[in-house]
Amino acid sequence: MRESIIMKIHYGTALGAVVLVAVHVLFRITMMSYGDSLQYENVIANYKFVPYAIMLELILVLLSVHGFNGLRVILIELKQGRSYEKAVTYGCLAAMAILIAYGSRTILMTSMGMT
Amino acid sequence: MAEEQSSTEVSSSKTITLRIAKSNPEHDSRSQFAEFKVPYERWTTVLDAILDVKKHLDHSVAVRYSCRQASCGSCGMKINGRPGLACFTKISELNSDVVTVEPMNNYPIVRDLVVDLEGMFDTHKKMKPFIINEESEVATNTREFLQTPGQVEEYIQFSNCIKCGLCNSACPTMATDSSFLGPQALTQAYRYVADNRDKGKNERLKIIDESHGIWRCHFAGSCSQVCPKGVDPAMGIQMLRGYLLGFKK
Repeated sequence: MRESIIMKIHYGTALGAVVLVAVHVLFRITMMSYGDSLQYENVIANYKFVPYAIMLELILVLLSVHGFNGLRVILIELKQGRSYEKAVTYGCLAAMAILIAYGSRTILMTSMGMT
Repeated sequence: MAEEQSSTEVSSSKTITLRIAKSNPEHDSRSQFAEFKVPYERWTTVLDAILDVKKHLDHSVAVRYSCRQASCGSCGMKINGRPGLACFTKISELNSDVVTVEPMNNYPIVRDLVVDLEGMFDTHKKMKPFIINEESEVATNTREFLQTPGQVEEYIQFSNCIKCGLCNSACPTMATDSSFLGPQALTQAYRYVADNRDKGKNERLKIIDESHGIWRCHFAGSCSQVCPKGVDPAMGIQMLRGYLLGFKK
């Protein structure tokens, strides 16, 4: 993949994450007090509300893609070499996939009441 | 090293301590400073002072220079920690009694103040620094490529680059990423991409759009701060990004 496409995804995920995290934070502070919103029942209720669960999933994907691509960029700027860069790229992709899979599992299980 | 005094007879009573970084990687990787007392006038440049030392105090000082008028880009070095042209920096402007000169960062040292610029010239060549156009303006029955002042304005400042390498030396990305193309090459890519006579835009954009290409610039802007010719590489790089992001056609 060309670096410009990767960087477009990088910038796009950053913008998307800023918007969705802002919505997420606004939900926390406008619906009830911040402390109450972190009560166990309220947190579970968020997951069970499907549109909110979808938003959480989107935040997870956006932040994972952005974060791990950022990590890849930092690592390839730190050290160079064909095999090293290949390892960094595939390592970051794998870590990203694992994080998304694990996070999705949590969101899915909680929204289905499997707690 | 022992402090030495210039034997030059000068009218000036003002002197500075010139600290010259001396190293020879072929023999020893360590660098040490040699100190010299050098007289100076209001118009004395750092290069003049180095040549004074070379003439009277230490013939072994290695320095590269040629035009002495900021045209050739040969005498780039770190002067009091900041990359600059020795022939274009007056000692009186430095406001310091001690002037330290070192080889530029981010280049392999050849000896003392001389660095190997081969890598920079290689990346410069990689950018195809020439007009790519099937139609030649020198063929018969053709006429010169006319440009409006506005079209010239698009790229003219970037054609002032003298390839001194100061921008690459000041670049923080180049300090860690040895494969990074660097501000000099990227600016030259923009110089030709922005030239409406050139038809090689897509070729150049493809060259710079790689993992150690244009996207590794963090817009620190230090390249633009040190350019002795008033070129703004940081801006050129951002403009070039505009083409890749689709903001510019």
